[in-house]
Amino acid sequence: MTTETSSEKEFEVEIWRGRASGEFITYQVPRRESQTILDVVSYVQRRLDPTLSYRFACRVGMCGSCAMTVNGVPRWTCRTHVDFVANDGHIRIEPLRNLPVIRDLAVDMAPFFDKWQRASGQFVPSDEDNRETFAQVAPDSRERQEADAGIECIGCAVCYSACDVVAWNADYLGPAALNRVWTLVNDARDGGRRKHLEAVAGDAGCHQCHSHQACMTYCPKGINPTAAIAGLKRETVKSVLRGEL
Amino acid sequence: MSSRAEVWLFIAQRASALVLAPLVIVHLATMIYAIQGGLSAEEILARTQGNELWGAIYGLFVMAAAIHAPIGVRSILKEMTPWCGRSLDLAAALFGVLIIVLGIKAVGALV
Repeated sequence: MTTETSSEKEFEVEIWRGRASGEFITYQVPRRESQTILDVVSYVQRRLDPTLSYRFACRVGMCGSCAMTVNGVPRWTCRTHVDFVANDGHIRIEPLRNLPVIRDLAVDMAPFFDKWQRASGQFVPSDEDNRETFAQVAPDSRERQEADAGIECIGCAVCYSACDVVAWNADYLGPAALNRVWTLVNDARDGGRRKHLEAVAGDAGCHQCHSHQACMTYCPKGINPTAAIAGLKRETVKSVLRGEL
Repeated sequence: MSSRAEVWLFIAQRASALVLAPLVIVHLATMIYAIQGGLSAEEILARTQGNELWGAIYGLFVMAAAIHAPIGVRSILKEMTPWCGRSLDLAAALFGVLIIVLGIKAVGALV
């Protein structure tokens, strides 16, 4: 750890303290090279106020634990450099939008992951898939490429926080859950196509998406859930017209 | 409402939008063309009355609007207000009927 000196340049950070109601508290944090927002929050918790609550795990952009709202934008804080987001040297850190705040910067992720269940986001083994047969999946097939485009999701809820439709309709399944279902619908080994499409075609499902593309804009993994949702709209329409849904 | 019914509403709204788009363009272009030189409402009616083509175009316009608008209004109300469920579905359907009644009456006066 870098030794602090009195000559270090400092900057102001506002951090949300409390639950649904609370206030922003301003802290002075030393400026460091290649400093991330997670470094800033950790500094405050370890050096200035040990009661600050937040969540992180891997620190390398794999686990999806550390997402917060930074200067009004949902971000993965472990891979977000202060240089990139500092607005005139000012940083304001809040919990993610659209999820209940447990305390300070930690939100309850249960509603987010419950919706993956409601959207039928579980892999359903195909009847044909057993020990004797093995699915042959061509990497360059359209279906596999559609699935590949969405499978790197780390479940950070940045898209869910960015989505206006979730803010308007608390039942809306959200971009991440729908993106997950689109990967399953395109998986040759999955046998639950009808179950998946039925789950996402309801009045809280894919047809409620307004294609604002905030999910795509802010996804730290570069995934495009709006395209996945558009795919689900097409497939549900085809299924209904064929009498399969 | 069932998943299947929601998808049908989605299809109906997109299909009616496909019909409405060219009709709105025809409507606006005709209006802009017709009023050049100060054409009055009476003079326009004199030209449209007895014209079955205009009757068919605006009749189709009314039917497409009667499908398209209530589905959209239902979605907006569901998102922006606490109203949802059967009563909203019924109100949206009644709104569609109202558009048909008023629209057909207007088309009748035009042709």
